[in-house]
Amino acid sequence: MVNKSGGVLVYAECKRRKLNRITLELLSAGRYLAGKLNSEVSAVLIGYKVRELAKELICYGADRAYVVDHQSFRYYVPLTYAKVIADLIISSEPEIVLFPADSIGRDLAPRVAAKLNTGLTADCIELDIGDYEDPISGRHYEKLLYQVRPAFSGDIIATIVVPERRPQMATVRPGSFDPLPRDLGREGEIVAIPVNLGGEGGVMEVIKVVEEESSTDLRDAKIIVSGGRGVGGPYGFKLLRELAKELGAKLGASRAAVEAGWISYSHQVGLTGQIVKPKIYIACGISGAIQHIVGIREAGVIIAINRDPDAPIFDYADYGIVGDLFEVIPALISKIKEVKCNK
Amino acid sequence: MIRVIVLIKQVPDPKVRARLKEDGTVDRERVRAVMNPYDRNALEEALRLKEVIGAKVIAISMGPLKAESVLREALAMGADEAILLSDPMLAGSDTLATSYALSKVIKMLGNYDLILCGMETTDGNTGQVGPEVAEHLGIPHVTYVEDFELRNGYLLVKRLIEGGYQWLKVRLPALLTITNTANEPRCSTFEGVIRALKKNVRRLSLEETGIEKGRVGLIGSPTRIKEVRRVNLRRRRYIIRKPSAKEAVEELLRELSSKGIKLVMNGG
Repeated sequence: MVNKSGGVLVYAECKRRKLNRITLELLSAGRYLAGKLNSEVSAVLIGYKVRELAKELICYGADRAYVVDHQSFRYYVPLTYAKVIADLIISSEPEIVLFPADSIGRDLAPRVAAKLNTGLTADCIELDIGDYEDPISGRHYEKLLYQVRPAFSGDIIATIVVPERRPQMATVRPGSFDPLPRDLGREGEIVAIPVNLGGEGGVMEVIKVVEEESSTDLRDAKIIVSGGRGVGGPYGFKLLRELAKELGAKLGASRAAVEAGWISYSHQVGLTGQIVKPKIYIACGISGAIQHIVGIREAGVIIAINRDPDAPIFDYADYGIVGDLFEVIPALISKIKEVKCNK
Repeated sequence: MIRVIVLIKQVPDPKVRARLKEDGTVDRERVRAVMNPYDRNALEEALRLKEVIGAKVIAISMGPLKAESVLREALAMGADEAILLSDPMLAGSDTLATSYALSKVIKMLGNYDLILCGMETTDGNTGQVGPEVAEHLGIPHVTYVEDFELRNGYLLVKRLIEGGYQWLKVRLPALLTITNTANEPRCSTFEGVIRALKKNVRRLSLEETGIEKGRVGLIGSPTRIKEVRRVNLRRRRYIIRKPSAKEAVEELLRELSSKGIKLVMNGG
């Protein structure tokens, strides 16, 4: 027997007629949790001309796709979106609601949580189901959502639970779960939700959007060459790009380099950017802030190149070269070329 | 006159690495407490409005009595009024309880046009309190605000999104959370510190604000911390120091290949 209410609800996002990767990750997380709860996964997609993506949500793991398709939802704004989600939660009674920890989810989820007077955990990197004994009341709870998140800049990990109120809500960091393969044979229900704008329309509207055309997805990269403050500027990234090209790697960056304006945000690695799991991560001129290290903790091998022998990055690296990256990287590039020629 | 409220939190100095006590909770006692750095950016925006259009700036904080020091600093930077909500019953409040309590203080003050806060705090990093306060007050909010302009009865707001930004039109009153790249916050001047000494930080208790006891503190917080642990992120730390880059690179590649790690994956 599968419970109709009491399942997992995923807030889905799309861009340019495609589901965002984080949505696929959340569906995968949802399937894992629903398996443990013996319940279902639903997804809700709000937007304009998004109806055709409902089937995709099912292919990637949803049992039910709720779709709200109306021109007034063309751009995300918190008030109207929060009302739709809260109404859906009230009527469908999910146990768990997952949002992406991105500029929409981190904006929308707290609004919904406050509306429903329930708890919310930000930036989860792991989710699970388990029991909980409340130390104050002594009460025992079964099958709660374990919401695991980094705290205090990252190397402290906290497990949060919401024993009494429902739903249990979390925003989840991109890269924390691997998407399931697309299964065209999966079956599910598609439910169109009628639009009821109420009095929330017109209070705020998006009047202009400026976005990069291409964004860099580092989450599937086998090798990442990443640069930090020590790279010194856009010129230094040219050198890193050259190394990346030789290795067939993707280019990453630390928050310091992105905030300095040397490279765009879509390259940012760490808890404030993307969580990555490459086989090899080469950190060039990156000092090693904890939030960065936590974002690469699942990398196979970490190689650090830094001029400062006391840089914290060396503590978190498998291999380190103490030296000027403007000498080390050219030497590395020529050595790699040599290896390739000899093959 | 436009009234701008700035929400400020006192946090453990983010430059100091957090320690865990034996029971697994974070040791806040031994770390210096400072103003949440992102709240400085919010306060800076408010103070610029004060300079340009003569806005009145009211700084509000919730926390233990020692949090008064961050409000003193806000006054020294140029805030007109400062209010501290402090009550032992508030200890252990999560974001829902905190946002409820702050919204009650704001409701008690009555009229306001704009509420500003930092995009998140450096101790919790949730960024949830701002949007939750806005929901309790029933006003619109915009997060990750890089810039904004006050127009006749509404705001034009530049909001950062992944790989770009957007402009929004928002009706007042509204709540904005300000990014750390929005501005360069000012320091307090000597005159400012002297001026601040003449001002009072107004203290509020639960009774005065009508906050329901069951909705704050540990009891009023839906979330519970089940477990806290430190993760070990340290790795092998094979560090190479050689006089020439060429030698260093050769040693690296030798070490990698002795462990069966291939740097060149797509080669021949």
